[in-house]
Amino acid sequence: MKLFKIRGGVHPDDRKELSAHLAIEELPLPPLLHVPMQQHIGAPATPAVRRGERVAKGQLLAYSQGAISAPVHAPSSGRVLGIGSFPAHHASGLSVRTITLQPDGEDRWAPDLAGVPDPFALDPDEIAARVSAAGIVGLGGATFPSAVKLKLHKRYKLHTLVINGAECEPYLTCDDRLMREHADQVIDGIRIMAHALGVARVLIGIENNKPEAQAAMAAAIGRLEPRQDMIALARLPTRYPMGSEKHLVQALTGRETPARGLTADVGVVVHNPATAFAVHEALRLGRPLVSRVVTVTGGAIATPKNLRVPLGTPVAALIEHCGGFTQEPARLVSGGPMMGQPLPSTRVPVVKGSNGVLALTAAEVHARDPMPCIRCASCVGACPCGLLPLDMAAHARAGDLEGAVKLGLLDCIACGSCSYVCPAHIPLVQYFNFAKGEMAARDRAKQKQAETKRLAEGRTARIEAIQQAKREAMARRKREAAAAPPPNAQAARPQPAEAPA
Amino acid sequence: MMTETPIAGPYAHAPVSIQRSMGLVMLALTPATLFGLYQFGWPAVTLFLVTVTAALAFEAGALKVAGRPLRPTLGDGSALLTGWLLALSLPPWAPWWIGVVGSLIAIVVAKQVFGGLGQNLFNPAMVARVALLISFPLEMTRYVAPQPIGSSGAPDLAAGLAVTFGGQPLDGMTGASILGHVRTELGRGLDLDQILPGSYQPLDSGLGTIAGSLGETSALLLLLGGLYLLATRVITWQTPVAMLGSLALLATLMHGYDPQHYPDALYHLVNGATLLGAFFIATDPVTSPVSVRGQLVFGAGLGVLVYVIRTWTGYPEGVAFAVMLMNAATPAIDRYLRPRIYGRQRDGQPLGLDREA
Repeated sequence: MKLFKIRGGVHPDDRKELSAHLAIEELPLPPLLHVPMQQHIGAPATPAVRRGERVAKGQLLAYSQGAISAPVHAPSSGRVLGIGSFPAHHASGLSVRTITLQPDGEDRWAPDLAGVPDPFALDPDEIAARVSAAGIVGLGGATFPSAVKLKLHKRYKLHTLVINGAECEPYLTCDDRLMREHADQVIDGIRIMAHALGVARVLIGIENNKPEAQAAMAAAIGRLEPRQDMIALARLPTRYPMGSEKHLVQALTGRETPARGLTADVGVVVHNPATAFAVHEALRLGRPLVSRVVTVTGGAIATPKNLRVPLGTPVAALIEHCGGFTQEPARLVSGGPMMGQPLPSTRVPVVKGSNGVLALTAAEVHARDPMPCIRCASCVGACPCGLLPLDMAAHARAGDLEGAVKLGLLDCIACGSCSYVCPAHIPLVQYFNFAKGEMAARDRAKQKQAETKRLAEGRTARIEAIQQAKREAMARRKREAAAAPPPNAQAARPQPAEAPA
Repeated sequence: MMTETPIAGPYAHAPVSIQRSMGLVMLALTPATLFGLYQFGWPAVTLFLVTVTAALAFEAGALKVAGRPLRPTLGDGSALLTGWLLALSLPPWAPWWIGVVGSLIAIVVAKQVFGGLGQNLFNPAMVARVALLISFPLEMTRYVAPQPIGSSGAPDLAAGLAVTFGGQPLDGMTGASILGHVRTELGRGLDLDQILPGSYQPLDSGLGTIAGSLGETSALLLLLGGLYLLATRVITWQTPVAMLGSLALLATLMHGYDPQHYPDALYHLVNGATLLGAFFIATDPVTSPVSVRGQLVFGAGLGVLVYVIRTWTGYPEGVAFAVMLMNAATPAIDRYLRPRIYGRQRDGQPLGLDREA
């Protein structure tokens, strides 16, 4: 099919050969599962179980809270050891509210879980409700609650569902393996989502470095009865960041999403193949999202693997299952090497958004001390967003955040292409993250100031109103007193002799 | 286990560095340089070594004065490359102090005073070349005909040292470059039909077997070096193509208008510093624009200025002046010619929403 040109991008060594040929393995249950209440964008879930309670696999552990949130389910059957705080799967290493579960080893599904015989007979709202109840979030790493995206058709006129099988991050092979091994289920999930969205067209984009996944998905589309001409497979050139949502939509449809907008503004919704698989499981089998595929790889991992991991499993258990480290890794990363986050420790649990655990050697990271910028413009050529990373970084570094924003700081998608190609090894993304964080902090401070001002003004107004009321009451009483003189007028009058001289 | 401060990704990096870029540029310069050293003999070798050594020494001295570490900056290859480019632009038998003063101007005045690597507004080698040309017009325009090492009459090592360090008079073999010669003769009222046959052979100019600056004569070897830089993506095509294109276009137009007074495009492309300038000087990242459109404007401006200076001003060669003028325009070009931001119009407003699509 016809593809459209997108700007910039880089061609990193994809290193997928480390794990792409390895079938997905089930990770054995760890002794303890630490299931965080916050595994998604939005409000954290609220615990629905008590300490000591026995739970079945797939049973609700925590309720979704509010419009943008997701529930959390038990990844295995067992006993709730406690509800406390535990280090989050996050670079900060801060703790979040977490339910600790001791698996009983039976891995017994809750008996009341049941699928729908024909999801296509369901109302779109019912599909979205079931996806929401299954705790499904964007499994590409963004972890935005999927049901919210399935309801976008209410506010936008949608025509296309794009499936982001680009997996453009180097090293990661979890979507690749899922599409190869479970193509039929993924396609089924895609069709259910397309039905929920009411779109007329589905485009599945897969990069050309995954020919097996392309073939498997094409075959699965071909097996559909009756023929589904609305679903098309797009073979994408291998170029990072092809999987950036807005760029993928542009490459496939030629439509450019307006700045600060959503792809829905151009009539497109994007979902990930792993999300589609989870939707299939939720609708057909009634199973909520309790596990995911994680690629454990990198030069410092003894035997890289693709693992199906119960959510809440400590990262250490994955690394141990892969034979541990062959050398002390220079970097331990959650996600891909381009946009992943450093992992503060291996104690943290796997969450819904964890697509990879990378233990990278110093040679792979290829870090060097930064040199001065020589304005070579490699970053300008690599930026998929048409920004001037070198100038933005210079402004951020000088503390001129407004200048950086004027140059388009807030249009930056933090893909890291600029840092990747910089011959001076300047940590451009670090500058941008700093500047974005500062801008957010300033906005919060400004809001707080405005709120304080509003409250202070409100208080002044209230005090003023009270005093006004008092004055009016006094005046009224005086008028009343004047109109009807008291029986002893003499006593009411002030004594001139008592007044100070 | 992870004790260092978390730092944002990416945790992968292209196998590139400033040293690599500088090294590749020097590699690309090597054929033209070796050819120049061979053809102009020992005096050229000595001048080249003196200039490059002086550049490194001034860089080290300036870093020391500034209290900055020597190793990373000296090791980046930028001072070496500046000295190298300067040497290539000098008359090959110029005295040693031309190379030393040139390096002083290039490294100290044009680069370190501005703040060192990446901070200079003007191309250091061209600043030095222009300053030398204005200050020492005699030494800077005294060219010699090629006398390859080992050919009869060529100076041996000792004689070469005498030329560079001894102020040995260059009797009998000095002359102007072709550009200079043609300008002088045109000024005397002669037509190109009378001037060119005896002095200009396109093939000689292309190969470089002519009088000229140390490393500027061989258009062919410089073109090869430039193509190598394009192939290794050290430079992009925009600046050289725009510069050579606008120069060739203007020359062709003027040649068509009056063939007797305006040489054709090939003459301008193979003579003087055109190709060295297009591939190695104008593409200096520090002093040229960063956007594609900016580089096209920059290159086109260079080509026009080179032609104008060569044709209508008091100087026969204009690459160095043109480069400095366009360097001065670079901040303005960068300000006004930015890439279009994704999802926005050129003026920065978001693209129109289109919910009917």
